[in-house]
Amino acid sequence: MIARTVYFYIALLALFIVVGMVMGAPFTLRLLVEAFALSLIALGLNIQWGYGGLFNFGVMGFIMVGGFAVSFVSVPVNMEFWNSDGPVMLLKAIAAAGIGAMLIMGANRLRRMGASPTWSRTAQVTAWIVAYIIYRSQIDPAARYIEAEAGYVGGLGLPVILGWAFGGLLGAAIAFMIGKIALGLRTDYLAIATIGISEIIRALIKNMDWLTRGTLTITPLPWPVPRPQEYQEWGADSTMSFIYARAGYLAIVVVIVLVALFLIQRAYGGPWGRMMRAIRDNHISAASMGKDIKARQLEIFVFGSVLISIGGAILISFVQIFDPSAFQPINHTFVIWVMVIVGGAGNNFGVLFGGLFIYTIWIISEPVSQAMFVNISNMSENFGWGAIPDIESRSLQMRVFVLGLVITLALRFAPNGLIPEVVHRDKE
Amino acid sequence: MNEIIFFINKVLISGMVLGSIYALGAVGITLIFGILRFAHFAHGDVMTLGAFVTFVLTSFASAAAASMGIVAPIPIPILVLPVAMAVSAALILGIDWGFYAPLRKRGAKPVTLLIASIGVALMIQGLIRLFSGVATRTFYADVPKPIFRFDMSFMGATRKIIVTEPQFWMVGLTLVSVLALHFFLTRSRLGKGMRAMADNAALAQVSGINTQLVIRVTWIIAGALACLAGTMLALDVTLKPDLAFNIILPIFAAAIVGGLGHSYGAIAGGFLVGFAETMAVFNWAVLLRPFKDAIPEWVPNNISIVPTEYKLTVAFTILIVVLLVKPTGLFKGVGS
Repeated sequence: MIARTVYFYIALLALFIVVGMVMGAPFTLRLLVEAFALSLIALGLNIQWGYGGLFNFGVMGFIMVGGFAVSFVSVPVNMEFWNSDGPVMLLKAIAAAGIGAMLIMGANRLRRMGASPTWSRTAQVTAWIVAYIIYRSQIDPAARYIEAEAGYVGGLGLPVILGWAFGGLLGAAIAFMIGKIALGLRTDYLAIATIGISEIIRALIKNMDWLTRGTLTITPLPWPVPRPQEYQEWGADSTMSFIYARAGYLAIVVVIVLVALFLIQRAYGGPWGRMMRAIRDNHISAASMGKDIKARQLEIFVFGSVLISIGGAILISFVQIFDPSAFQPINHTFVIWVMVIVGGAGNNFGVLFGGLFIYTIWIISEPVSQAMFVNISNMSENFGWGAIPDIESRSLQMRVFVLGLVITLALRFAPNGLIPEVVHRDKE
Repeated sequence: MNEIIFFINKVLISGMVLGSIYALGAVGITLIFGILRFAHFAHGDVMTLGAFVTFVLTSFASAAAASMGIVAPIPIPILVLPVAMAVSAALILGIDWGFYAPLRKRGAKPVTLLIASIGVALMIQGLIRLFSGVATRTFYADVPKPIFRFDMSFMGATRKIIVTEPQFWMVGLTLVSVLALHFFLTRSRLGKGMRAMADNAALAQVSGINTQLVIRVTWIIAGALACLAGTMLALDVTLKPDLAFNIILPIFAAAIVGGLGHSYGAIAGGFLVGFAETMAVFNWAVLLRPFKDAIPEWVPNNISIVPTEYKLTVAFTILIVVLLVKPTGLFKGVGS
């Protein structure tokens, strides 16, 4: 198995070298940064699916949470907002939300205080409705006012690294809430529920213009390392500035990925990882051994989501633009799943390989398929059939097809991935 | 009176239309889940595929009709629909044979089939985009869409109730297919076998029901209904490659709300989710307008339950609430 892993990584290195020679260093460095950020996300999903057997089809939602967190923390302060009545109005809205939450909690207590089931159910529903009305009555005018007066809330102007950390924190908080709600569900229900939740997160981020600027997008996001523009100011030429800046970014990302890999690999081998696999493989027998299934699954869902959100934050910082309408389940959920399945769910080195490999294929398939289709189009022109119309935009769609084909083929012929999980058995 | 007409147009008719589409899709999802025990994520794309099949057949048929000088008594898309449904059923059988049957034979878990169905969804989407491009098409490129306006002046209203021709067909055909499905499931031998298999697959097999045939029939029904739903959606709005990708989640919500595996539940769930969506974004203040003088100043002039841009989230919210409060759905679906 170790030899197999090494062969695959050597092949990957060769692929990167070929790409670097054909496409040039700046392109390859960009590809590598994005591939490593996505690998971190894939490692997060691997914790959830590979270690814990939890279905999370809401990866896109957590990536967006990370992106929002880093843009909120790292973008410069918007003085127009702080000098207006906005903060006070927002404070009122938060207070309203607090009052609503207290109402709901109070209604949830009624049952324990001896109210009849019908009454407590009615009280709960009423509390939810009243809380919603109170909150809407405060947030709607606040949102309108902020959008009219200041555009949006603006950022905090803090270092980017703090933004990444905040992304992880926010991802953890949201995963905790979702996990509390959804983790009791069976696998297919959980898949549908997480897709639904990630669509709700997208709708919120896209439409809360006062907080995220919505489709107006926040740009440019700062980097933790000097950007190409800064290198150019210091006298580097255009190509070299991109190489320096992206290489600096790459170094940070690689360090983060390696640290994460080290930690989760240690966790996998330790008692905690064994317990998680026991729960994954047979949660009934694990429960009979005294493991608290629900709490452990919640734990693993939160841990995985932290990595996904941090990876998302790193990715969004790098592209320097937070555009909620650019997020698609295909590009941000299903590709990650392909990375985990093709790489080998449960094996961190497999998933890291899958992440780097699939993203490279995903990116270089664009020029390759374009070249291929232009050739086909030329051939049909030579035959006298005429060129295929809109060949440029159509060839791009081949990627979606190939992605689907890879999923189905992998499930059929290599269900455990290219570098499968090693299952140790005691020697008899 | 105008306010009530507005309510009928905005809530009842749109809810009916949305509900019909959701119901047809959800029946397919729920049948597949009942028989094969996995959530078929490619269903939305099968709907799109069906709509494209109808589109292609329609363009052939209208060219043929034009060259022969025949004027069809009913719209051509409806005329070619049975053929399109047959083609879609054949296509989905092929998909099952190529992608799901080998996994089933290996005894793969339902989760694996679910992921495979996402792969199939992406492949269908990729192929459609490859062949049709990403452009938006409409069935009514050459002819205007017939619209019926019902005069409501006898009730003292100046507004009219507006229904388009495809919407009439949609509601009618949904009714017909639901009735046909009902009689199939309750009266025919095969339908009874299907229900038996949904209840207990092993017992059904032991008692001599041809389970392979039941599986094939399930795919045929699901594929034909998906084609119908997709075509109707395309007739009502427009035809685009990602037509159904956005609609698959409300359809799942409908199927789960009704109880997965429960066909009547899926129909009820479809209409419930459809009406809930239109009612949630409706501006209820409109209905208060006749009493403008009687209501106090502080009542805002826009009372919708959620802002319009959150319409998509309504279905998910219903879904999540149902999953939490009553995971088996409103009608009891299959557990396991």
